[in-house]
Amino acid sequence: MRHVISILMENESGALSRVAGLFSARGYNIESLTVAPTEDESLSRMTLVTRGDEAIIEQITKQLNKLIEVVKLVDLSEGSHIEREMMLIKVKAERAHREEVMRLTDIFRGTVIDVTDTSFIIEMTGKSSKLDAFVRAVHEELVVEVVRSGPSGIARGAKGLTL
Amino acid sequence: MELSGAEIVIQSLKDEGVEHVFGYPGGAVLHIYDAIFQQDAVKHILVRHEQGATHAADGYARSTGKPGVALVTSGPGATNAVTGIATAYMDSIPMVVLTGQVPSPFIGSDAFQEVDTVGITRPCVKHNFLIKDVRDIAKTFRKAFYIATSGRPGPVVIDIPKDITDPNIKIPYEYPKKVRLRSYSPVSKGHLGQIKRAVDRMLAARRPVFYTGGGVVLDNADEQLTELVRTLDFPITSTLMGLGAYPGSDKQFLGMLGMHGTYEANMAMHETDVLIAIGARFDDRVTGQIAQFCPNAEIIHVDIDPSSISKNVRVDIPIVGPVKSVLKDMLKVVSEHKKRPDEEALKQWWAQIKRWRGTQCLKYDEKSSRIKPQFAVETLHRVTRGDAFVASDVGQHQMFAAQFYPFDKPRRWINSGGLGTMGFGLPAAIGIQIAHPGAEVAVVTGEASIQMCIQELATCKQHDLPIKIMLLNNGYMGMVRQWQEFFYDGRYSHSYVEALPDFVKLAESYGHVGMKIERPEDLEGAMKEAFSLKDRLVFMDVIIDPTENVYPMIEAGKGHHEMYLPPESELV
Repeated sequence: MRHVISILMENESGALSRVAGLFSARGYNIESLTVAPTEDESLSRMTLVTRGDEAIIEQITKQLNKLIEVVKLVDLSEGSHIEREMMLIKVKAERAHREEVMRLTDIFRGTVIDVTDTSFIIEMTGKSSKLDAFVRAVHEELVVEVVRSGPSGIARGAKGLTL
Repeated sequence: MELSGAEIVIQSLKDEGVEHVFGYPGGAVLHIYDAIFQQDAVKHILVRHEQGATHAADGYARSTGKPGVALVTSGPGATNAVTGIATAYMDSIPMVVLTGQVPSPFIGSDAFQEVDTVGITRPCVKHNFLIKDVRDIAKTFRKAFYIATSGRPGPVVIDIPKDITDPNIKIPYEYPKKVRLRSYSPVSKGHLGQIKRAVDRMLAARRPVFYTGGGVVLDNADEQLTELVRTLDFPITSTLMGLGAYPGSDKQFLGMLGMHGTYEANMAMHETDVLIAIGARFDDRVTGQIAQFCPNAEIIHVDIDPSSISKNVRVDIPIVGPVKSVLKDMLKVVSEHKKRPDEEALKQWWAQIKRWRGTQCLKYDEKSSRIKPQFAVETLHRVTRGDAFVASDVGQHQMFAAQFYPFDKPRRWINSGGLGTMGFGLPAAIGIQIAHPGAEVAVVTGEASIQMCIQELATCKQHDLPIKIMLLNNGYMGMVRQWQEFFYDGRYSHSYVEALPDFVKLAESYGHVGMKIERPEDLEGAMKEAFSLKDRLVFMDVIIDPTENVYPMIEAGKGHHEMYLPPESELV
């Protein structure tokens, strides 16, 4: 099953490689991983998407907790939560296709943020499945490149993953 | 007090109470060595290879419970130390390893003797640090020693760039009194509700067995364990790492379990209805095939490390906490409990165990005209009155030592269990002898293992360490040969150690006493003579029967009830 694990960790060099190293050393898979400092500069927040059965996910969370630099973590998939991913996608947009691409972008609530005679760059945010759907909707031959952030997640409700 | 970085390194060690450092100098640590030269409080033991430094620090830690400290240079110094670091990591040994690093401005430039030490050691340390500022040295040391020794212990590496130890830059020094890490707080007590649940289950058991491991030794919980086991009158078995935590010669002790465990221990595991696992981690050499592991048992598991629980085997009653504190709580709960163990059921259980013991699974040919390795270990036990520190290498001799030298005290049996590092024994014995100057320290080794760190014989000479080496010489990598005999139709691929040195002459050339012993009737006399030489290292080259195998044996991937027994056993 797919799990979204949110990790609060010390913002120190090497902390990220400890997490990545743990996954490769123990044969767990990482589907995506995003990380950036929080409002407290000494802390980073990581959202990690992985797959595994219950026993594997239990081991993953325990092993992550064992890393000295991991302060706290939560498996967001255990409760109600929100996930958002950002995508930058460059598409060919020559005369014949401009209208169609614009229309699709509107439907998916994306924004065109760069325009040339022959191309658009579109910025889009949403659930990963929505971004997948947009990429499928645009004609395959038109896609030049796709840059995705991987999902970031947060639990619904008043409680937060804080110190 | 104003000190340079190099002086802070030494002063921090003093403030941690470190008396001995095992090391080898080199370019990146010259400033530190200069600071060592100018003081006497921290004594430096010069080894002959950095692997030896880490194993010696490890042996020091295992035999004392105090953290071992090693100091090596950058690049090859650090990479040579990695085997020793990984060895300590697998057995959860508290150790702090100081590695020199190229000067900060050169990091990443492929400078002379540069490696990414933090990167290379990351998967085999509890934690590691790269110091980037001289002002961080003292607090990093404080954290490193705290992390290494608390919770589930383990090795910590501190990588120190050369410019950080510059003797010309002096700063005010103060060693932090307190250490707090918001991201690290090991549990200090087990959950009382879980402990009560476990005790309820234990007192209702009909065929209980204790299965204990290195965690009991690491937490110095031998007294509490012994009291609990005796109070309940349950049988107990131990892993390789746990030997000595419960007296090995006691009647309730079933011997070691697992791949080369006793018939009675493994059968008790197979038949038990309540397994009480304490400070043990369900390693594959212990469990055999997981699907057939303790098929009838409810499992109670006490461990300081939550990730050990239900990692390999699903546990019914987990208790996360320090072994000693949990055992104390268990004793209290047992003493206040209305219920007593089921005497009638226990009587039947012990009768069953007695029948299993009747197979005599450790029997060997005692009338052989050749020296049997089992006989050699038994002789060692007799000559040392069962009270020596015994370090071993890895292989058949290690298993014979574990089976035939019943350890009655913890921290006497020093071996590489998890990683299985050949070459561990001699340098580990150096650490033990440094920590216990008057004690009898023996190394049980094989002719293949001993050659992996043979250079440390020079360290023993330089530091006057009267270690007694018992080399069980069968001319083969015995355990490899045994597997090839059992599972590869006797095709002994590269397990025959051709071109052995003359070990007597070798020992003598290092300035030690060498002995060669070939006949069983000569062994005890020779060994007594060796141990009577109180101030000399004696190297006993004991020529043993090369065909001897370690029994019982469970083939990898088989269940506890599927054992090979020795040809001499009553069951065969």
